[in-house]
Amino acid sequence: MGLGTLSGEGGLVTTTLEQAVNWARKGSLWPMTFGLACCAIEMMAAVSSRYDMDRYGAGVFRASPRQSDLMIVAGTVCRRMAPVIRKIYDQMPEPKYVIAMGSCATSGNIYNSYAVVQGVDRFVPVDIYVPGCPPTPEALFDGILKLQQKIMGQKVFIKSPILGATKI
Amino acid sequence: MHPTAEKIQQKFPEAFVSWKEWRGDLAVSIKKTAVVPVCRYVHDDPEMDFDYIVHISSVDYPDDEERFEVVYEFYSIRRRQRIRIKARVAEEGAAIDSVTGIWKGAEYMEREVFDMMGIVFNNHPDPRRILMPDEYDEGWPLRKDFPLAGKGWRDTFEFITEGTHRKTT
Repeated sequence: MGLGTLSGEGGLVTTTLEQAVNWARKGSLWPMTFGLACCAIEMMAAVSSRYDMDRYGAGVFRASPRQSDLMIVAGTVCRRMAPVIRKIYDQMPEPKYVIAMGSCATSGNIYNSYAVVQGVDRFVPVDIYVPGCPPTPEALFDGILKLQQKIMGQKVFIKSPILGATKI
Repeated sequence: MHPTAEKIQQKFPEAFVSWKEWRGDLAVSIKKTAVVPVCRYVHDDPEMDFDYIVHISSVDYPDDEERFEVVYEFYSIRRRQRIRIKARVAEEGAAIDSVTGIWKGAEYMEREVFDMMGIVFNNHPDPRRILMPDEYDEGWPLRKDFPLAGKGWRDTFEFITEGTHRKTT
């Protein structure tokens, strides 16, 4: 946020509406619990008291996609789970973001198997990839901070283009 | 000879194939036609009393004449003893009789063997796939000639429809 002129006792900040909206969005991310494997343990550790993800305004995990705007896909994505993830992503209200947490959600990791999807970005758009197996809570925070940077750069009052389905 | 294996051999001399003991684990190989009578015997006989079914699995030996081997593992809670019963199944019309009439818990285990190896269990009450979807048609993933990465199913996302893939950047 652009810090403008400070004047008088109350103080005055000038900014653009776009920046104000983005600032509000980035400071109140509501993640959805999508723990699929061991990465979810690190995700839980990131939320709990030692690491305290609430400091970034992203500590209120919801069990419902209707109340969330950030999906953290934490773990190995099996092909049978893929339609469920896609449905939950479609149910989330805009604006929505996706973090692929860990090597499995990013690329399938070592599981080059008939049942494992080789990266969740095959069927949902991913904003941030967090490397690690599993990533530490600090790495997840880095991803959240990167996502906040990305949100601050977004154009709020321009409609985002609808892209065609990526079929591979 | 192990006393348990000896009893099985005396009771079923024609079905008995071989036995082996390794580090205290007893394994008895039998013919697949006798799997239900032998299992009924080791379950019901008070000297055997193998009342708990631990697992049913299967092994693929691609070069063998009788390609598959179904492996049953039983445990006697009272006698604290384990036994492993093995039966060979040929690839052509791979099928073996179900033991769900003896242990109800065998139902899901036999479904898993069917799902992964394609061995049909005769008289099974619910012979469907269990891990893979019902409509999965690539074959039997645990067979040795099945490609590790499958045949394309994992990369096919028929649920994505045109125009719904909205990017939020």
